[in-house]
Amino acid sequence: MGTLTIALMDPPYETETTTTALRIVDSALRKGHSVNVFAYEGAVNLTMAEQAPHANPVKGTSVEEEAHPTTKDWVAALFRSAQGRLSWVNCGLCVDERGAGKWIEGPVRGSPKEFAEWVKSSDATLVIPTN
Amino acid sequence: MKVLSIVETAYRATVEEQDDTILWLNHMLKNNGLDVGILLRGTAGNYAVKGQDASGLSHPPQIDEDLRALMAKGAPVYYVREDVAERGIQEANLLEGVQPISRRDLPSLFEEYRLVWHW
Repeated sequence: MGTLTIALMDPPYETETTTTALRIVDSALRKGHSVNVFAYEGAVNLTMAEQAPHANPVKGTSVEEEAHPTTKDWVAALFRSAQGRLSWVNCGLCVDERGAGKWIEGPVRGSPKEFAEWVKSSDATLVIPTN
Repeated sequence: MKVLSIVETAYRATVEEQDDTILWLNHMLKNNGLDVGILLRGTAGNYAVKGQDASGLSHPPQIDEDLRALMAKGAPVYYVREDVAERGIQEANLLEGVQPISRRDLPSLFEEYRLVWHW
């Protein structure tokens, strides 16, 4: 089995690239690979613990009916299925300037140093930038 | 580990960050052992223009100086010659040490690197 490292940059609810990236993570984990995620810039908001689903006043649906997804729940689900094969670092400086320090269980604070070490030890590295 | 970072989006958040965040990240990666090269394409070709002055801001970004610092640490900086020419930028106005590369030679440049990242 191999190790894949992915750098993410987009914040939640802005583009579809993060959804695609998380699907790649899920697929790699299901195939037995290990995955490292370096969350840079707005991507540190993906795992914020206080994300909450909301109702939809346009459709007139309640919170329960809307069943709005949150990225922190998606990432939490990945951690549950990973059985120790998922590592996730939130860029500490990015966290500080965004006030995004309260996140779900699983991710840890780090820096580009960890990303560099992962790149050196991984079989492949994918960067998914923002524009 | 040789990594070529292609930078295309220029001046994104540089006022807020006082840096280009991708150049900053690559500088950090260079400091932590990756053999980084930078390729400026598209609008980011303007990053290589010397004498950029945003001093009307209290803490302005100094992108040209950041590139100089990267090159001083041994990171080569390339620019796509056609992209710069299309924007009317004279090569005489570019930083010393930045290296032109034509579009047709990009595959050969990519061959020199283990990883190619398009930011």
